[in-house]
Amino acid sequence: MSNSQRHINDTQITDEIVAEHGLTPDEYQMVCDHMGRTPNYTELGVFSVMWSEHCSYKSSRKWLKKLPVDGPQVIQGPGENAGVIDIGDGDAAVFKMESHNHPSFIEPYQGAATGVGGIMRDVFTMGARPVANLNALRFGQPDHPKTRHLVAGVVSGIGGYGNCIGVPTVGGEINFDKSYNGNILVNAMCVGVARTDKIFYAAATGIGSPVVYVGSKTGRDGIHGATMASAEFDDASDEKRPTVQVGDPFTEKLLLEACQELMASDAIIGIQDMGAAGLTSSSVEMADKGGVGIWLDLDKVPCRETHMTGYEMLLSESQERMLMVLKPGREAEAEAIFTRWGLDFAVIGELTDTGRMVVSHEGQTIADMPLGPLADGAPEYERPYVPTATAPAFDAALLTKAPDMGAALKTLMASSEIASRRWVYEQYDSMVMGDTLAGPGGDAAMVRVHGTDKALAISTDVTPRYCFADPVEGGKQAVAEAYRNISATGATPLAITNCLNFGNPERPEIMGQFVGCLEGMGDAGRALNFPVVSGNVSLYNETNGTGIMPTPAIGGVGLLKQLDKAVGNRLTSNGHVIYLLGETHGHLGASLYQRDVLANDTVFAPPPVDLEKEAAHGAFVRAAIDDGLLAAAHDISDGGLAVALAEMSIGHGIGANITADGDAAFWFGEDQARYILVVEADDAVALEARVGDLPLTRIGTSGGTDLQFADKVTISVVELHDLNEGWFPALMQG
Amino acid sequence: MQAAVIVFPGSNCDRDVAVCLEAAMGQAPLMAWHGDAALPKCDLIVLPGGFSYGDYLRCGSMAANSPIMREVVAQAQKGAAVLGICNGFQVLTECGLLPGVLMQNTGLNFVCRNTRLTVTNNKTAFTVQYAAGEEITVPVAHNEGNYFADDDTLKQLQDENRIAFTYAPGDNPNGACLDIAGISDKAGRIVGMMPHPERRAEAALGGEDGKRMFTGIVEALS
Repeated sequence: MSNSQRHINDTQITDEIVAEHGLTPDEYQMVCDHMGRTPNYTELGVFSVMWSEHCSYKSSRKWLKKLPVDGPQVIQGPGENAGVIDIGDGDAAVFKMESHNHPSFIEPYQGAATGVGGIMRDVFTMGARPVANLNALRFGQPDHPKTRHLVAGVVSGIGGYGNCIGVPTVGGEINFDKSYNGNILVNAMCVGVARTDKIFYAAATGIGSPVVYVGSKTGRDGIHGATMASAEFDDASDEKRPTVQVGDPFTEKLLLEACQELMASDAIIGIQDMGAAGLTSSSVEMADKGGVGIWLDLDKVPCRETHMTGYEMLLSESQERMLMVLKPGREAEAEAIFTRWGLDFAVIGELTDTGRMVVSHEGQTIADMPLGPLADGAPEYERPYVPTATAPAFDAALLTKAPDMGAALKTLMASSEIASRRWVYEQYDSMVMGDTLAGPGGDAAMVRVHGTDKALAISTDVTPRYCFADPVEGGKQAVAEAYRNISATGATPLAITNCLNFGNPERPEIMGQFVGCLEGMGDAGRALNFPVVSGNVSLYNETNGTGIMPTPAIGGVGLLKQLDKAVGNRLTSNGHVIYLLGETHGHLGASLYQRDVLANDTVFAPPPVDLEKEAAHGAFVRAAIDDGLLAAAHDISDGGLAVALAEMSIGHGIGANITADGDAAFWFGEDQARYILVVEADDAVALEARVGDLPLTRIGTSGGTDLQFADKVTISVVELHDLNEGWFPALMQG
Repeated sequence: MQAAVIVFPGSNCDRDVAVCLEAAMGQAPLMAWHGDAALPKCDLIVLPGGFSYGDYLRCGSMAANSPIMREVVAQAQKGAAVLGICNGFQVLTECGLLPGVLMQNTGLNFVCRNTRLTVTNNKTAFTVQYAAGEEITVPVAHNEGNYFADDDTLKQLQDENRIAFTYAPGDNPNGACLDIAGISDKAGRIVGMMPHPERRAEAALGGEDGKRMFTGIVEALS
């Protein structure tokens, strides 16, 4: 045994060491009870990461169980590396969204890059080829001194990784708000496609089967990353930079191709990405799911640094590594594939019948732990919570100071939320793989299933303002907006993944936000037949006691069976008839108009979500698209009707004459379940004939180079375009 | 007609270009592995886009020294048509089949967007189906696409009509000298270009302007 190893396991476990590992005294006592003795230092490290909030979901599990996870389209719900849904013809979509918030704040390039790399591994571990990446990003105020640096670093990191590996980044969303000044959010989503009969799972079975390590070598990077991600930040957070991993997209590309090649055979029993908590969590999860034990010989682990202790090898979060259990006797053919791709391949252990994880290093057993408690033994906390107080309705008296409609629209088109994200998405390769039908900038991205005539529609959504003002309605709205964005392309929404970003769950008001948002998301998922198939929870997004706005990001996936039926969200021609589908009550509470035009931050109630109407209006839009009636469709969200119309105009520089009329609440209210539908003049009668009881209002006609509102306000489309395009470059130039 | 797409570790547009070649030729091209020292005799060799060997050294320089490239250079010198797209263009300059170098974009960021190109020379083996001076739309996606060569080389390229594509006025995404998007060898058999014609070769992907690169080379070679 090396001196360092002997030293580390000889360390007396003190209260301070337990606290440094993020375990409470009670949790430590539970560890001792499970072990039947005091754990040594290595064992303590393993327990601490497996029982971290990030890995164990100990504060959230109780509430996650209440989400809808079933449906005829679901092949695999939460609990695996990624969710799997049936998209017909023997094809499956495999997807998940995951946070990389804490590392991205400390080191934005590598934090974001490894977030992208990690989520892609979760998807290709399941046997899928990744076909689309999306990113839901939240930054602090635009003028906060750190914001530009963080935006530049995160965007560059996302591009640096995704562009190199050659998976298109096709969409996402970005918000700016002061609540993210000290905790940015980087949520990466990946969607892959597999054959339904070639899905790979983590469970390892077969006593004596070889445990195989493939990919990059192990270094000291990322040790205790999962523990860092389970704690609040303070002013000394920059000192945590060594816990941020470093990404190597080139190696991931090789790993992807090698795994795909091996997966074409039947040599693999189980496979698991080494993500958070690295070798520890991958081996524990595989063995525990298979109901077996596991023995690891760390002397066999490929290392890129010398004198690494077993503790470091077990807890390293070095990237681009996979753990597999192979059928006995198939090692040579697997090794040949990985060697051809220039990757490490090492048999580092085998499955046992002990139900324990036993780890050897330098001839000694350095850890011997029961698997069950490691995997599932973390305490499930019923954190006390206080439901968020009901916010008052919007105070209409504020409108006495409102600017005129045209000025308000210009303000919104150049606001941080509405401004074009071109500066960002042009740094992402959105077209590689040759199947991107609709890239960034639309309602939902559309990616063809390679070699077929069908397409996936994908959208990420949440409105944190709403979730803060009313978590239940905000949770509903996040799901409903994803549903609308997908429906507006013509695709049928099938399932969602989520990434639940909140503050410190030990504070009852934060836990109240969490409970409320999940209630709303659950209600919406059930009502819209839009179940949750995968997800991730990121808590402790707080700095110096200030939490973020509740941000339960939703990633929705839908299917369009005939891709040539898809419609876009832009006006494409003069003389088209423009309709508004849905009821307009002029709801301005928690609206962008309130925040950015009235510059008012009072907490007012957000728009309520009527899930029956969402379902009915979505079905109407999809059917109209399926029958070829629509020339364009656009979901109405931030900024209301006027902003939605302006967005449709600036795409191709085509104006419109809007004959409908109303006040600021009419133009900018954010009432839900609404779409703008555009038809050729010849199709107007047909659209109106099929609407039945649904509220469909003819509001104008496309044409010209201006947007005219009820003959009162006329704004040139070019001016709106320039305002919309100008904000982001101006921000980044300082 | 025998065509090959060279697959380097880190190539990521190999499948995309193979799809276009198969559509144009009616048969799939050979996918040739970077480590192979031999290559069947080919009429057409394509070096695809991507990040060969991670591009951790200067872009394309590792690939230019891979075993397969000795074969590619030898066949090119015997008259095989060679197309290098994006990273493939970088490899062609690194191995000396084309002059100049691709530097980092002047904007210092990766840029992925459609660009308007002018077909400056429709006499190369790859541009026969375009009209001289025709404007087409083809996307770029690169961080190092800023074509640079010394003044003598640039003059030679102009004098020998070897500038195949230029970015249309005002649409240069990377600061390239003379708005150069693609060049050829003297014989017009070897073409390197930063834009990706394989990404705009069918209506569903927004347009078909790139398709004639592939149908054109098949026409020129058959």
